[in-house]
Amino acid sequence: MIFNVASLQSAAGAFSWTTVAVFLQRAIVQGIPLLYGSTGEILTEKSGNLNLGIPGIMYIGGISGVIGSFLYENSLPSRDAINPVLAILIPLLCSVAGSLLAGLLYCFLTVSLRANQNVTGLALTTFGVGFGNFFGASLMKLTGSDVPSVALSATSAFFKKALPFADKLGNFGTVFLSYGFMTYLAILIAIVAAVVLKRTRIGLHLRSVGENPATADAAGINVNRYKYAFTCIGSVIAGFGGLYYVMDYACGVWSNEGFGDRGWLAIALVIFCIWRSNWGILGSILFGGLYIVYLFVPGSLSTQELYKMLPYVVTLIVLIITSARKKRENLPPASLGLSYFREDR
Amino acid sequence: MGEHIAIEMKGITKRFGSIVANEDVDLQVRRGEILAILGENGSGKTTLMNMLSGIYFPDEGQIFIEGKEVVIRSPKDAFDQKIGMIHQHFKLVDVFTATENIILGMKDEGKYNLKDAAAKVQAICDHYGFVIAPQKKIYEMSVSEKQTVEIVKVLFRGADILILDEPTAVLTPQETEKLFSVLRKMRDDGKSIVIITHKLHEVLALTDRVTVLRKGKFIATVNTKETSESELTEMMVGKKVSLNIDRADPVDPTDRLIVKNINCHNIEGRKILDDISFTVRSGEILGIAGIAGSGQRELLESIAGLQKLDSGEIIYINPATDAPENLRNKTPMQIRNLGVRLSFVPEDRLGMGLVGNMDIIDNVMLRSYRSGRSVFLERKAPASLADKIISDLEVVTPGPTTAVRKLSGGNVQKVLVGREISSAPKVLMVAYPVRGLDINSSYMIYNLLNEQKKNGTAIIFVGEDLDVLVELCDRIMVINSGRITGIVDGREAVKEEIGLLMTKSDDAKGGNANG
Amino acid sequence: MADNNAVLTENSGEKKVREPLFHITKKASVPWQQAWAVRIGSVVVALIVCALITMFLTHIDPIKVYATMLNGAFGTSRRIWSLLQGVAMLLCVSLAVTPAFKMRFWNIGAEGQVLIGGLATAACMILLGDKLPNALLILVMLVSALAAGAVWGLLPAVFKAKWNTNETLFTLMMNYVATQLVAYFVTVWEVPKGSGKIGIINQATRAGWVPVISFGGKNYDYLLNIIVVFALTFVLYAYLKYSKHGYEIAVVGESENTARYIGINVKKVILRTMILSGGICGLAGFLLVGSTNHTVTTTIAGGRGFTAIMVSWLAKFNPIFMILTSALLVILEKGAGEIATIYGLNKSFSDILTGVILFFIIGSEFFINYSVHFRKAHKEGK
Repeated sequence: MIFNVASLQSAAGAFSWTTVAVFLQRAIVQGIPLLYGSTGEILTEKSGNLNLGIPGIMYIGGISGVIGSFLYENSLPSRDAINPVLAILIPLLCSVAGSLLAGLLYCFLTVSLRANQNVTGLALTTFGVGFGNFFGASLMKLTGSDVPSVALSATSAFFKKALPFADKLGNFGTVFLSYGFMTYLAILIAIVAAVVLKRTRIGLHLRSVGENPATADAAGINVNRYKYAFTCIGSVIAGFGGLYYVMDYACGVWSNEGFGDRGWLAIALVIFCIWRSNWGILGSILFGGLYIVYLFVPGSLSTQELYKMLPYVVTLIVLIITSARKKRENLPPASLGLSYFREDR
Repeated sequence: MGEHIAIEMKGITKRFGSIVANEDVDLQVRRGEILAILGENGSGKTTLMNMLSGIYFPDEGQIFIEGKEVVIRSPKDAFDQKIGMIHQHFKLVDVFTATENIILGMKDEGKYNLKDAAAKVQAICDHYGFVIAPQKKIYEMSVSEKQTVEIVKVLFRGADILILDEPTAVLTPQETEKLFSVLRKMRDDGKSIVIITHKLHEVLALTDRVTVLRKGKFIATVNTKETSESELTEMMVGKKVSLNIDRADPVDPTDRLIVKNINCHNIEGRKILDDISFTVRSGEILGIAGIAGSGQRELLESIAGLQKLDSGEIIYINPATDAPENLRNKTPMQIRNLGVRLSFVPEDRLGMGLVGNMDIIDNVMLRSYRSGRSVFLERKAPASLADKIISDLEVVTPGPTTAVRKLSGGNVQKVLVGREISSAPKVLMVAYPVRGLDINSSYMIYNLLNEQKKNGTAIIFVGEDLDVLVELCDRIMVINSGRITGIVDGREAVKEEIGLLMTKSDDAKGGNANG
Repeated sequence: MADNNAVLTENSGEKKVREPLFHITKKASVPWQQAWAVRIGSVVVALIVCALITMFLTHIDPIKVYATMLNGAFGTSRRIWSLLQGVAMLLCVSLAVTPAFKMRFWNIGAEGQVLIGGLATAACMILLGDKLPNALLILVMLVSALAAGAVWGLLPAVFKAKWNTNETLFTLMMNYVATQLVAYFVTVWEVPKGSGKIGIINQATRAGWVPVISFGGKNYDYLLNIIVVFALTFVLYAYLKYSKHGYEIAVVGESENTARYIGINVKKVILRTMILSGGICGLAGFLLVGSTNHTVTTTIAGGRGFTAIMVSWLAKFNPIFMILTSALLVILEKGAGEIATIYGLNKSFSDILTGVILFFIIGSEFFINYSVHFRKAHKEGK
């Protein structure tokens, strides 16, 4: 763990608002990569594409940012010469480029070539995780460091920079102000995505593509263009989840497999918040909380693994309940996972 | 409004492969009139209108709108010409509200504002007397509400010419009446309405003029006021064509299947079968005539154990024991286990009767694969049966291991019929067995049915071509909106009489149920 | 002008005002030779691309790249055995998912089903290791592994049959429930305390260790697994192709409507097939824990549950072809691993190569199922 476990556990003994604030803060920090991933996947799934490559894309988004940041840091004569704008922009743009290419590849195969979405997505995850770990390891070799990780503390510092007064406003500061900009960006993107989906013409058209592409087509909507656009936008957003993880959560330290199964947890979150990215904000905090609750609740080390199971169990229950109730708004987009070919009608 | 011509189609021809759907058809629609396009199933009505709505592109001919020649290549082109078509299968997104569906795909008008759109929808509804809630979701709607949404969608886009494809097929009499009053209001507003139908009483009640098509050809256009049901029927069904189909007299007919007062309804709660009672006898062919969607499919499926019934009985009399068995609400498996020898050639050949991606042998054994105690399949007998079907019925195929999907329509049907009669059924049901088949294949099917008849099989034949029904069947039962409107003797039946029974309005009382 | 348009649009229904550059149509059928030629061609192209990538990263010539890869896969007899074992285990999981896929039931939960089977095996070894005679113990292990896998496969099927719950998402979630269950029991049973792993179970007594085949004084560690899985391959091939159950699976997968028409109980077939699918995954778990590793970890399935989906799909759900596709992927993995070791690359290199090859094969299916007609070559063009 990156933060000090011992101090938290000692705090767990007695109830205090500080503990609650710290718990919430840690839950949010844990939840942000999931929020990015699920917002991206929601936009993707709303276009009818079930992109199981999201876990891989999050790796790609992360490592692309790391590569950009690494090249930038190494090009500097000294650490003081770092330019804050470039330190943030370079990793961000590299991440966008990496995720975008991955999203384009997925679209080309599933939309243009009408390949099976499950198989394509899983292949992309294999590729993406391999890509991340491979270049992660290559960078480690370049740095020649003894520990198996790449540390980019200089650029990371800009990502982690909290809002002013965070440490002066007590618990309020801890819960609301103590994060780097990517945390607020995640929440902003989730809200914007929800608004676009619900309140704009583009959102209406996008949802119609995912629900009933033949109807959308007949109404003059370019089905393939929407699928491409939103799958790629979704990939970029998901890629930010990987970038946030290394640059902010992990303080700029890339370690292989460090990202773990968060990509799949993000897909679980999509189901949990029944394809509503604004609900995903609370969902991600809940999932993040379940991920770390063992640190705050007394109990043996082994029960922590059971706590970690909770997000998935809860998601399964949501999946079962929504399918049993058959409330149409809460079901997956009707054409999710199917490729559209006009002449199949 | 007089003679102002809104649309003119000249010499329209459309072919699909070797089939000619429309041949040299002329059509005029005037401003401010309701025009009916009348014709039997397969007469090319919908194809013709699809060329106005941009679904198909004509092979030959010209289209004029307001006197100017136009080219319509997509639904958008049609919309730009202010033409809107309401198809039989609605194109709506289920989880969207009425308003969202109505504005779907429209790009103009700047700001996206559902409230304004809903108000505009409401205004259109108020003007014409539609009752739909703009905020209601499609999946919560009845079929008639969905149809209303489709009509409003077209009006919202500013259409002046509305084409409705069999709009009353899914409506109750009350809903139909409401629709008609709306359509009349639109006509009075100066819009042109084209309604595709084969219901005569609706034509007479609603329209100003009627254009009749038969077998893809233009027959005539008449003023509704100056015509009658019998004249229209004659134009629609044409002069009797002699087909020279053999018809032997039934030998020693005994009751085989007795259907008593069966009722069923669909998901929307509409009655599909309304108190149907009839008897099928061994060694005879009972024809079922009716316009498409009158309950034919549900009737056959309820006998086959695929449709749940609300009430009634289906009694099968076992020829070996004379013992009656009630088949109602039994599964196909239970029916088979009772020793009932029932075969069924469904309408949807590749979607229900056969598995397209499997080869002929595997399709031939669909019915029989369970026989024997072995956990493994026995393919020898099916293989020889497949060979027999291929040679007896002259199935054109590279071999018995060719996927059925790759065969032509006629050969697919031969495989299906061949399989179904191979089990020496006591009751054989066939639905539209010659649809899409060429003449030779059709006659082969007729001969097969006659052979079965000679073997004492009780046959139910659901057909659409009245000439065939009249020449092939011993008795013809006519159903209309789920009710029996008459059972006539095949040897004495007149096409016009059947045509009238098929189309006459619902208030006329049904005929003698036992023929 | 109108004539000109009519010519351009002769074969198509809906047309935009501007003619698209090309027009795609579904092919009616393709001879199987041509289909496999396209697939093999795509693998060849993919291998060339992979060699170029490798060249770019290592600056060695492609011939040497392949030589190294082949050496990595087949270089020594130990490598060959390890390769065969890898193929056997991947094949086993691929066999498991195949009946479900033939039924169009997207079981992407094989990873979890294998894990839970392995967990059940380990539980028997740990809890009953000193209480039962070895033969009986192994039998109990086998039965509980099969049962555990079957239950894990059955759960999503029950909800699919009852409420049409999305099985892709359901089975995906079940993977991680299984992972965390294993993680939990690993901490419960960890030896020594605090190590975070179970270690080799019953190392001293060897209780519950599936016997190793040996002849001529030599032990063949993996031989049993390999024999079991290859036998299973042919059994499953026969099951799918020649048994009544297999026939019903195919009918349900092709058309549920037809299945009902001929009186197949569709729900029963779904449940039965998922019990089978999960059960075979359980067997894979049993082999991995009881015969190969003698321990259980959260990564014991090693992503095979996902790779298996691709193996099965690439082989068009034919168990015999799956021997080839699983061998292709394992050879690639071992070969790329060797390149990584020799040239100091990370071993994730093999995942990248696997991904690239998969992309090519996935994409090639398009050219088997569709033909593209370009506007200029309007008459014919593939």
